[in-house]
Amino acid sequence: MSPRQRLVLFTVAMAGLAACFAWAVAGLPGFGNYPGPYGPVILHDAVGQTHATGVVSAVNFEYRGFDTVGEEFILFAAAAGLSVVLRRLRDERESRPVDNSNRLPVPDSVRVPALIFTGPTVLIGWWLASHAQTNPSGGFQGGIMLASALILIYLAGEFIAFRRLSPVALLDAVEAVGAGGFAVIGLIALAMGLPYLDNFVPLGTIPGAVSSGGTIPLISFFVGLEVAAAFVAIIGEFGEQTLLVRRS
Amino acid sequence: MIEILQAVMLVMVAAGALAVTRARDRVRQVLLLSGYGLLLAILFFTFQAPDVTLSELTVGTVVLPMILLLAIFKVRRGERGREE
Amino acid sequence: MEYFPFVVVAWILAVGLHGIVTSRDLIHTIICLVVVQSSTYVLLLGVGYVTGGVAPYFYDISARTKAVDPVVQALSLTDIVVEAAVTALLLSFAVQAHKRFGTLDPHKLVEFRG
Repeated sequence: MSPRQRLVLFTVAMAGLAACFAWAVAGLPGFGNYPGPYGPVILHDAVGQTHATGVVSAVNFEYRGFDTVGEEFILFAAAAGLSVVLRRLRDERESRPVDNSNRLPVPDSVRVPALIFTGPTVLIGWWLASHAQTNPSGGFQGGIMLASALILIYLAGEFIAFRRLSPVALLDAVEAVGAGGFAVIGLIALAMGLPYLDNFVPLGTIPGAVSSGGTIPLISFFVGLEVAAAFVAIIGEFGEQTLLVRRS
Repeated sequence: MIEILQAVMLVMVAAGALAVTRARDRVRQVLLLSGYGLLLAILFFTFQAPDVTLSELTVGTVVLPMILLLAIFKVRRGERGREE
Repeated sequence: MEYFPFVVVAWILAVGLHGIVTSRDLIHTIICLVVVQSSTYVLLLGVGYVTGGVAPYFYDISARTKAVDPVVQALSLTDIVVEAAVTALLLSFAVQAHKRFGTLDPHKLVEFRG
């Protein structure tokens, strides 16, 4: 198909899509007039039912837990698929990581801030991943923040240190624990005769305290592990491809 | 007040989307995408969604551009190797 | 302001799709796909917004305060993270295609088989 034909086809399809979209939007309540029903019901019940003050986390790890398991396994499968696709091809070799040419020529003005901010980023990530029940935090944000802390080490030009901090075997184990932990929490509920992913841990007395929320902080923590490990693995794979793998 | 902020951010996001998709140079496009992520994060903040903001901030401005840049350098290195 | 956010959603979707259709480079295509996906987050959060509502966190305010819909926020929050991993997977396909065929132009790639 020539680019011109393609554009004509696109214009026709877009016109149809625009008509359908306009029709759909005409049926929506206007911006700011959300009528429900799910949101108001959850807002009304969540704090009392789960003792979590962060209702979004309560939705993610409690009301919609089964769906989140699915989402987490999409992440898991994407990371696994990526490492399969980026495997060494037959005519490729890996240059030895010890030679100095692999250290990127990073100016100190980048290296120093990157290393300074690594610690605080780890701390923020850890805090986010473990406080799902109180604040705008949770495993997804926390995990990705932890991964970006390792990216800072990478940005500082320390690919070798990055690799040493995240050996593939360890990443695989953490990822498996993260993905498996979530599923196992659901299975424990089943073993206790409750529905899958039912909240079987005591909810605590004060809504929003670190010990409250039952399984919500637990699941969030496992999700954090999974997300962090998956993204560090992804960055590691691409970094290896860029810096180490050569055609022989 | 917040309506004005939302409207301004919506306009900026719309302009940002156009800029990202129009750019032809790969590295420039990734940098624009990073800025677009930041605009989206601020928009989500004005939509009263702080957790989505955190998520978009880290993914859209740090992790995704990083992955894209690494892939672009890998491809560019391959192109240079072929020319030699 | 009644329908303006949804107009912006349509705009982001349209420019993203146009970018994909006219793309001459697979990495450009993938970035356009990221833009297309971002339109869904704006749509979801736009639908769930309540005028005058606060963010759905009740740590230091009464649980009866008017708040925006937490369900759409939960949906887009997880999707943003998962989308990044899927984008990385797509990129790995592009990198491998470039290794094999030496080009990322979809018009040239269709000439190769196997």
